[in-house]
Amino acid sequence: MFVDTETQADLREAARQAAESILGPSVKADDESETYRKDLFAALGEAGLCGVSTSEEFGGLGLGYSEYIVVLEEIAKVSSSYAVSVAVSGLPQVILAAYGNQAQKEKWLPGLAAGELLGAFALSEPESGSDAGSLSTTAVRDGDDFVLNGTKFWITHGGYADIYVVMARTGGPGSKGVSAFLVPGDAEGLSFGKKEEKMGMRASPTVELIFEDCRVPASSMLHNEGQGMHVALSALDSGRITIAATANGLSQAALDVAAKYATERRQFRKQIIDFQGVGFMLADMAADLEAARLLVRKAAWLKDEGQSFSTIAAMAKLKATDTAMKVTTDAVQVLGGYGYTREYPVERFMRDAKVMQIVEGTNQIQRLVLARALKRKYEA
Amino acid sequence: MKIGVLLKQVPASDSRIKINGDQTGIVTDDIKWEINPYDEFALEAGIQLVEGKIASSLVLISLGGKDAEARIKDGIARGVKAKPEAIRLDDAAFAGSDPLGEARIIAAAIQKAGIDLLLTGKQAIDDDNAQVPAMVAELLDRPQVTFVEQLEVAGDSLTAHRVMGGGQVDVVMSPVQAVVTCDKGLNSPRFASLPGIMKAKRAKIAVWGAADLGLDAGTVGAGAAVVSEGAYRLPADRPSGKIIEGADAAAKVKELVRLLRDEAKVL
Repeated sequence: MFVDTETQADLREAARQAAESILGPSVKADDESETYRKDLFAALGEAGLCGVSTSEEFGGLGLGYSEYIVVLEEIAKVSSSYAVSVAVSGLPQVILAAYGNQAQKEKWLPGLAAGELLGAFALSEPESGSDAGSLSTTAVRDGDDFVLNGTKFWITHGGYADIYVVMARTGGPGSKGVSAFLVPGDAEGLSFGKKEEKMGMRASPTVELIFEDCRVPASSMLHNEGQGMHVALSALDSGRITIAATANGLSQAALDVAAKYATERRQFRKQIIDFQGVGFMLADMAADLEAARLLVRKAAWLKDEGQSFSTIAAMAKLKATDTAMKVTTDAVQVLGGYGYTREYPVERFMRDAKVMQIVEGTNQIQRLVLARALKRKYEA
Repeated sequence: MKIGVLLKQVPASDSRIKINGDQTGIVTDDIKWEINPYDEFALEAGIQLVEGKIASSLVLISLGGKDAEARIKDGIARGVKAKPEAIRLDDAAFAGSDPLGEARIIAAAIQKAGIDLLLTGKQAIDDDNAQVPAMVAELLDRPQVTFVEQLEVAGDSLTAHRVMGGGQVDVVMSPVQAVVTCDKGLNSPRFASLPGIMKAKRAKIAVWGAADLGLDAGTVGAGAAVVSEGAYRLPADRPSGKIIEGADAAAKVKELVRLLRDEAKVL
């Protein structure tokens, strides 16, 4: 598990080629104009990058997270926005695979795995972020339907997605009153609010969802009534691995640019990598990235082996995203004035990195998860 | 109609080539191998003919050792929708074949596989001989159409545009039972999809030797070679350029003219 298997190496090469040829040409322009292109996502799907861990029965590759993280890393090296897009569209797939019934799986999984359909995940609300169990969107039973009302915030693919997994309150207060629903993008009563103007990940659309008497059949419920938070949190455990892999791809891209620059740029008749101040910075970037990569590999391996992986996934997300922030910031420093210009990609990497410390559970929440695990272990 | 595509394993085009100590070949330790880039155009053309239902099936053929299987699988992965068959031609008796020996092996395989149209690269970028496709065509007594940048197949005939240099293009018609060598510009070769790679891993590659092909082992291999390689050498280093010093442009031009006249003797 420490190095790529032959299959992983083959997938890495194919994903690299696909990402460079599909995403490379417009990555800079799309960042500047905040443009998301569903046709590019479909092209990634055509190349087989959108359903790595979904079973072959439903059109996926039937591989594990150990392969999925390799693919995400390669996409992120070109565009972290689209790595996030693939990861987010992967969340409904993970949820359907674990909690969907046969009809739900047959209806949605093949399209999602092929990248023909775009998926999204709607948990956060204006007043409910880290405290997800306090969400206030409601789903009220009415005959054979549920009627949804409320607002969801920070939804990646909002307005673009074909299917949303939506957490809504069907019972009393707290986590036990929440259920999960599959809501199609064209459902009546679902509309889209403001598209956020963001610092980074600008090719990835983040949009508000508004439910106004949005009616979905009762068969849209995932798993059992009252199990919505369980569904959401288990998806987030897997999602943390994917965000961590995306962060590693971003770190690698930044390190590649910075190390190459530091061997080409000469000052005082020396390559600047030969100045200890620069060389040691690059050494730390490489060491931090390698450590983060090992953590992510371990989390993916545990998941693939069917073992408990929540704690390691939290560690992986924490370390990989903090590393991405540090590595991309230092990459700008290595490139000096050039790094601060939009001519070089490292300023984009730095802007893209920041949000990864926030999404899929802030890094403070990851530490909370870890502290709680420690408390459980050491409390007498 | 059955399409055959020849795939040759060559060092990646950006490889740094080093000659081995006894000058019998190149150092292969750090070489990354890939499908000959011109063969990629042939492969893409073959895939498109099957996808477009103009041809019924696609057969990928490679003459090479076990290590060439990765390239064949790359071909299968790219052509996965055309469900290609794959054959590797390998036998101890083939070792040391010259281009004519290789052509005899390939021609026998084309006949055994029942190939109608054979597509190849116009040359392989390793030794740039461009001999084998022509020899295969001669051995099979079929037309050969070389340097093709546009190809249409309809019924029993094909129309090909050949790059002639200087902007000239020849338009050639031929029966489909031909050997067509493909040039840059014919198409944009696709890369392998992830599902393609996974399916290619499970694909079976047939291995045909001299006996399978009904070949007399005495007509191929080192013993039958009429062409032998003397020694491998890198091209001589180019002499470095000269920077002309001088007080001003006029003085530098004067010195340049003097050098061109007296040293280079071109004026």
